[in-house]
Amino acid sequence: MSQIPADLKYVDTHEWLRIDADGTVTIGITDHAQSLLGDVVYVEHPEVDTEIETGEEAGVVESVKAASDIYMPIAGTILEVNELLEDAPETVNSDPYHDGWFFKIKPSNPEELEQLLDADAYREKCEAED
Amino acid sequence: MGSKTALYQSHVDMNAKIVDFGGWDMPIHYGSQIEEHNVVRQDAGMFDVSHMTVVDVTGADSQAYLQFLLANDVARLTEKGKALYSGMLNEAGQVLDDLIVYNMEGWYRVVVNCATREKDLAWMNLQAKAFDVVLTEQASLAMVAVQGPKAIEKALAVMTEEQQSITKQLKVFQGLEVGEFFIGRTGYTGEDGLEIMIPETQVAEFWAKLSEAGVSPCGLGARDTLRLEAGMNLYGSDMDESVSPLVSNMGWTVAWKPEDRNFIGRSALEAEKASGPATKLVGLVLEGKGVLRGHQKVIVDGIGEGETTSGTFSPTLGHAIALARVPAGTGDTAAVEVRKKVLNVRVVRPPFVRNGKKVFE
Repeated sequence: MSQIPADLKYVDTHEWLRIDADGTVTIGITDHAQSLLGDVVYVEHPEVDTEIETGEEAGVVESVKAASDIYMPIAGTILEVNELLEDAPETVNSDPYHDGWFFKIKPSNPEELEQLLDADAYREKCEAED
Repeated sequence: MGSKTALYQSHVDMNAKIVDFGGWDMPIHYGSQIEEHNVVRQDAGMFDVSHMTVVDVTGADSQAYLQFLLANDVARLTEKGKALYSGMLNEAGQVLDDLIVYNMEGWYRVVVNCATREKDLAWMNLQAKAFDVVLTEQASLAMVAVQGPKAIEKALAVMTEEQQSITKQLKVFQGLEVGEFFIGRTGYTGEDGLEIMIPETQVAEFWAKLSEAGVSPCGLGARDTLRLEAGMNLYGSDMDESVSPLVSNMGWTVAWKPEDRNFIGRSALEAEKASGPATKLVGLVLEGKGVLRGHQKVIVDGIGEGETTSGTFSPTLGHAIALARVPAGTGDTAAVEVRKKVLNVRVVRPPFVRNGKKVFE
C-alpha cells in the first residue's frame, strides 16, 4: 500500500500539497502516482513567475512508460521549481513527498485550500480506483 | 481477465505488476523497469514469452512452402537448427508479420507474434493449400528468454547434462531440440542469450531454478526498451500491413536471389525497389532533455515530414532514442515535435546498443 502522509492535502489528479506557515504551497505527486508511472526519467517544469489556473497543465512528468501531465491543483503563481529533478528525476520515485517535490506556488485564491482532500479522503479515492 | 501463461502464478508470487498485453495477462515489471533493463545489459535476466505463437511446418513440401511464404529464403539454412529472421508479406509486399524460422532438417519451426496469431495462422493455412504440408501449432509449449552477458553461463547451471552439452555447441541464431525442450540461441534484446521452449507443466519449476541461479525476472517493459536500443522492430509499431520491408529497415531480410524464386510480394517489392522507396526507417537520437515517443511528427528541413514509430528513454545511453519513418532523402539531422516544442535530433542507423555498448557514431 502506498504512503499517504496525514499532514498533507491532496487532489483527485494525484498531486499533494504542503501548506507552509508563510502561505506558500509546495506541490508534488503522490507515492501512488509515482508507483503507477514507474521509473521517472524526465520532469518538465512550468516557468517561474507564471500564473496558472486550477486544473491547467503545469508541466509534464515522463517515465520510461509514458508521459503524464501535471495539473495545477489550485490556481497560483509559480515561485520556484525543484531543479534537482533535472539531473535526478528518479528522486520522484525514491522520495515523492520530500526531495521529489515539483514546484512552490503562491495561491491566487486561498479559499481553494478549503476544498482539498485530506489523507483519509485521498486514501478512499485510491482504494476505489484499484 | 485475459489469457494466462503457465508462469502467471510465478509472476504474481514475484510481485509483478500485471497488465493486458494483446489479450494476455503479462508482467510489465517486477518493481523497476530500469533495473530490469540494466540487469540484462550487465548480467542476466529472464522473460516469460510464452504468449508467442509456435508453429511447426512438416510434410514433403515444407521447404518449398516456406520459400513461397517468406521474403527471406529458408534454403539459406544449410545447418540443422540454424534460424533466420523474415517478413511474411502479402501480395502487395507489405508486412503481415515478422518471424523466426528454424531449420529442423525435414521440418521447420516458426515463431510468430502473439498479437497477430489468428491472422498469421489463417494466412499460413490458406497458402498451405497448394502444398503438401501440415501446420501444427504447439500451444502447450511455454517459452522463457534468458538474456544478458551472463545468461548462458547461469542457464547452464540449472540444465541437465544433455541440455548443457547441446547449449554449449549452439551457434548464434541456432536452436535444437533436447528431449521435450527446445533451446535456441536467439533473443530480442541485443545481448547473447537463449530462448527456451519448455512444456507448460515444467516451466514454473525451470523458472524457479533460474531465479535461484541468479537470473532476475524482467517484464515486458524492459523487453521493449531493450529491443528498441537494439534497433529491433516491433510489429504493429514500426511496421505493419501498410508498409514494405524496404521502408522498415528490413531490406536485408529480402532474399532477391535466386531470381527465379517466387515468393508472395516479390513483384510488388521489385517494383518498389526499381522506383526507389519513398521513405526509410531510421534511428533518432535526442541528446538534450526530453523523451521521444511513438507517433510524434518528424520535420526534415527542406525535405518533408515523417513520424516516429517507437520512442523511449534509453536507460543504457541516458537519453531518448526513437525509430522513425522519414523521407528517403533525410540526412544526418531532423527535428521532432514533442508536445509544443520542436527538438533537434540526430539521424543514425540502428542499432543504438549492442552487447551493452553504444554502437552509433
